[in-house]
Amino acid sequence: MKHTTHDRSTASGVGSGLNTAEVLDDVKQMIQACIQCGTCSGSCPNEFAMDYTPRMLWRLVLRGEVEDIFSSRTFTLCSSCYTCTLRCPRSLPVTDAMAGLKQVAARLYPERYRPSVAFSRTFMESVRRHGRVDEMEFMFFYFASRRNPILPFQFAPMGMRLLSRGKVKLGLPGRGGKGMLEPIFRKVEAMESTP
Amino acid sequence: MRYSYYPGCSLEGTAREYDVSTRAFLGALGVDLVDLPDWTCCGATAAPAVSRLLTLALPARNLALAEAAGEDLDILVPCSACYLNLKRAEEGVREGGETRREINEVLAEVGLTCRGTVRVRHLLDVLSRDLGGDLLKSRIRRSLSGLRIAPYYGCQCLRPYAEFDDPEDPRTMEPLIRATGAEVFPWNAGAHCCGASHMTTKPGIGIELVAGILEAAAGADAIVTVCPMCQMNLEAYQEKASKIRGRDLKATVLYLPQFLGLALGLSKEDVRLDLNLAVGEAFKVKAA
Repeated sequence: MKHTTHDRSTASGVGSGLNTAEVLDDVKQMIQACIQCGTCSGSCPNEFAMDYTPRMLWRLVLRGEVEDIFSSRTFTLCSSCYTCTLRCPRSLPVTDAMAGLKQVAARLYPERYRPSVAFSRTFMESVRRHGRVDEMEFMFFYFASRRNPILPFQFAPMGMRLLSRGKVKLGLPGRGGKGMLEPIFRKVEAMESTP
Repeated sequence: MRYSYYPGCSLEGTAREYDVSTRAFLGALGVDLVDLPDWTCCGATAAPAVSRLLTLALPARNLALAEAAGEDLDILVPCSACYLNLKRAEEGVREGGETRREINEVLAEVGLTCRGTVRVRHLLDVLSRDLGGDLLKSRIRRSLSGLRIAPYYGCQCLRPYAEFDDPEDPRTMEPLIRATGAEVFPWNAGAHCCGASHMTTKPGIGIELVAGILEAAAGADAIVTVCPMCQMNLEAYQEKASKIRGRDLKATVLYLPQFLGLALGLSKEDVRLDLNLAVGEAFKVKAA
């Protein structure tokens, strides 16, 4: 899969001096003992839609092939089912390693991975604001961040079904949780931006 | 029996019937639930895609609140994603060392500490190990015999922490289903992944996983679930799944405590069957 944008935009709270190879070190550590057996690939329910199989991706990580890794969609297709983690004969934290790659992508390549990054970001922003997720607000901002005018209409029928059952709260949450998590978010940003 | 209760965000919104039916079902069995005051989001599947430390600190805040409540009750969690996040934080704190230090450094900002003294329990863990099929059987008021029920476990209550079931071949729902008089529908998709948030971010891929599960359930009278994400994926996209597979994949999908609650004699209003998106008329006639 080809990407035309080569963004190195940085997320809020992340210093601009970050180097992808260094950020990748944590992931490398997790899968250092990979023996390329392919059990992860054979166990993965999303492998059919991936460009590189998980096994191939781990090889690229160990070789530090940053460009190949971050032009692949493989890690964005991990749905965290943990089957690979369960079955890995080396007991490696395979799913956590996939999450590690998602974290690097969210920091350094948010434009390339817009749908996935927008989903996680807008979700976490809703949590940060209200303490709990307001599903309606989250979906609204998610659609807005995708900048695709058609997209909301694809979800409209389902939205109507939820609305008609009173499952969608109109108006923002009034639970008084507002700002409750702000100090936690701020502290985590500070700790993760200083290696 | 008494538990601290962590409903999680979905159970206040799209999964309200899971919350209502869990409370009603456990209430009917005399189980006490103590709502965790001021609980906040566990981070769901979004936090792990953004930050390792946030993934630990957000759920740890809730563990710290439960500890501060003083009784050290087990925390009962119906949502599998919440369960996994809270469990991961529990393990992180128990391990001690650097992870525990980091978590508590963050929690200090909100005046909390987590010591790892409370246990995180999935609803299915409590139903199968603390209550069990025999107890349930003695309380059945409406037999659900003649129904074939497909138990759907999903992923995150089974993996990576093999706490209460076999993550490759889960069986804990079976005695509970049999206790109602119903049969267990034999299938092998109970621990397959539903695609989680793919249905929102990559619908073309998510629908393949959903369709595969619905196909495997053909012949069952209902699928029962223990996770709001699984429930939503299996109930909300049946038309689309039918279209791509070229066959009718409509199925009744409901939460396990809704199903078990009906057998205890609760009404369909008590378990809010009206909120479900896919409950067939035939099922309503037989079960509710």
